[in-house]
Amino acid sequence: MALHIAKPDFEELRQHGEETYPHECCGVLLGQVDEAGVKRVRDVVRCGNQRTDSPHNRYVIDPRELVGIQRRAHERELDIIGFYHSHPQHPARWSATDLEEAHWPGCSYVITSVMNGVATQTNSFDLVAEGESKSFQDEQIHVE
Amino acid sequence: MKVLIPTPLRQYTGKQSTVELDAGSVDEVLRELTTQYPELRKQLFTAEGELRKFVNVYVNDEDIRYLERERTTVKPTDTISIIPSVAGGLPSRRLEF
Repeated sequence: MALHIAKPDFEELRQHGEETYPHECCGVLLGQVDEAGVKRVRDVVRCGNQRTDSPHNRYVIDPRELVGIQRRAHERELDIIGFYHSHPQHPARWSATDLEEAHWPGCSYVITSVMNGVATQTNSFDLVAEGESKSFQDEQIHVE
Repeated sequence: MKVLIPTPLRQYTGKQSTVELDAGSVDEVLRELTTQYPELRKQLFTAEGELRKFVNVYVNDEDIRYLERERTTVKPTDTISIIPSVAGGLPSRRLEF
């Protein structure tokens, strides 16, 4: 699996993480998935972090915001193909909580490490569900 | 009414992103949907028949938890959205540089 994203969109999601530092940022990736399972991002939508009680180490996207995003994406013939968030002062690796709270199999979960306010590494993980179990698999990001 | 199917559940609806249904309540919507697409049942409901905690159901812009849950009435012009939750977090230890 691979995630293709235009450079301005890639920079946008990384910049979002710098702007919200030391808090986590979050947002949605809209686009299309082809028959081979290759995802192409067409738009990046910023979301607010609903976890205002612990925004430095938790994020929740308001489902109501997601409903609106899903509806508008449908009107544009786009799909929700992934999500992004930042890890302030942590590596760009998924955490146990990230996996536990991930409920969109087939979608990409993009994580940017933000160290001292500067976006460093960005990685993508494909959520794979097999029966009752699920896992994150490393996914290559192609910035175009 | 129209039911919007989120991307991960489309593998159970023959890849359809929307399903048109006739129903008078959210309960009927979900029942009709899972009758047409039986594999959806396990994705939406627990073994006890409760809607899974991470599955949000909205009638237009309203969460059914703040309406009358599955008893919420729906009109033919309504749009029903099924939306799994999106969240995550970090361990409490921070890397200091």
